[in-house]
Amino acid sequence: MDNRTVKIYITDRSGLSHAIEAPTDMSMNLMEVIRSYELEDEGTVGICGGMSMCASCQCYIDSSHELKIPSQDEKLMLSEAFNIRESSRLSCQIFISHHLDGLRLTIAPAE
Amino acid sequence: MVKTDILIIGAGPVGLFTVFEAGLLKMKCHLIDVLPKPGGQCSELYPKKPIYDIPGYPEILADELTSKLLEQCKQFEPGFTLGERAESLNRAEDGSFTVVTNKGTVHKAPVVVIAGGLGSFEPRKPNIPIIEKFENKGVNYFIQDPEIFRDKKVAIAGGGDSALDWTIILSEIASEVTLIHRSNEFRGALSSVEKVQELKDANRVKVKTSAQVVDLMGENHLESILIDQPNHTKEKIVVDYFLPLFGLLPKLGPISNWGLKIEKNAIKVNNSLDYQTNIQGVFAVGDVNTYPGKLKLILCGFHEATVMCQYAFKIINPEKKFLLKYTTVTGVNGFDGSSKSTPNSIVKKIQ
Repeated sequence: MDNRTVKIYITDRSGLSHAIEAPTDMSMNLMEVIRSYELEDEGTVGICGGMSMCASCQCYIDSSHELKIPSQDEKLMLSEAFNIRESSRLSCQIFISHHLDGLRLTIAPAE
Repeated sequence: MVKTDILIIGAGPVGLFTVFEAGLLKMKCHLIDVLPKPGGQCSELYPKKPIYDIPGYPEILADELTSKLLEQCKQFEPGFTLGERAESLNRAEDGSFTVVTNKGTVHKAPVVVIAGGLGSFEPRKPNIPIIEKFENKGVNYFIQDPEIFRDKKVAIAGGGDSALDWTIILSEIASEVTLIHRSNEFRGALSSVEKVQELKDANRVKVKTSAQVVDLMGENHLESILIDQPNHTKEKIVVDYFLPLFGLLPKLGPISNWGLKIEKNAIKVNNSLDYQTNIQGVFAVGDVNTYPGKLKLILCGFHEATVMCQYAFKIINPEKKFLLKYTTVTGVNGFDGSSKSTPNSIVKKIQ
């Protein structure tokens, strides 16, 4: 594996799992990774472009990776999101870095 | 009936700039938008966010960009049908198009331009299975006439500006207002949060935090709601109206049934020529279209709109000869009688 990528396991909305390589050196976030691999229909993930202004990129973190705690904006958006769980995060706020290697997540249903 | 040269669906930045470019070619525009004000995503999603990639503006707030675009196109006197969603598109025998909105407003034009962004903004509906039964029978996602709530019991759900603002407004009108939010933090303007705090302290409104509405009850009209509170204690609240105000999200909506070629949730256009769709006379510009190499950027939409107007001119004026003009040479002559032009150079002799 290229040491500039990490492996991430993503379950899409239809329940299919994908093992994908995400670059750590392109300042990408998880929402952008989901879109760049076209795991969901265009226009259904990351509608606001990654500003924590919508919850279309909500995902559930299924592994025990320690992630940066949500910002105030993310917390407030999640407090208005639907289909919320304890493990809910906005994938646009999670930036790809080495310590995400092996991360598992599920994309939350579309609202 | 509204008649115009170019009917633009979507009053976001690209739709507004289309008015200017069409105006330079002496074509009149009318815009339809589901939102009550122009600006599209720039108004609805991120009015106070700075944009850094508008050429010539190192930094501009989204709502400032909207005002600048409105100012730029004002001289071409665009018409607006706001707060209505374009529902159907039909072609008449003479080749012109008729677009009817959800409120029945009829528009007629030889050219239709879809500048609909990610689609029309629709309310985010909470996951309460029975909610549809009560829509317009006690459940409203939009408030058009606050007077219908006079002396009624109203519950509002949400934690943003719209939930806070309506809590404040309705506290003067309704007999009882309960604001319900899943968190105890609100993401609205600080002044609104403080005002609601004040109203709560004065017992003018009730605020239920860390709570959410889970069920609705009533025969033919909403009669009460059930809320789930911390420690899963349930509480029934008697209400006449429930207003879930969770903001809006864009959906492609009725446009997808107009017979247009859709790919990746966007309208396929001919980008090698004129941004026309598979229906002759119907163009799509901005975020709503797709083609190989498409970039969803406002600045790319501006380019698409400019190119598109040249071809719209040919449809509207098939007999006329035409050559691209520069505003630095010809100035801008508005439909409102205004005229802007480059000042003459000052000539002075050196003795």
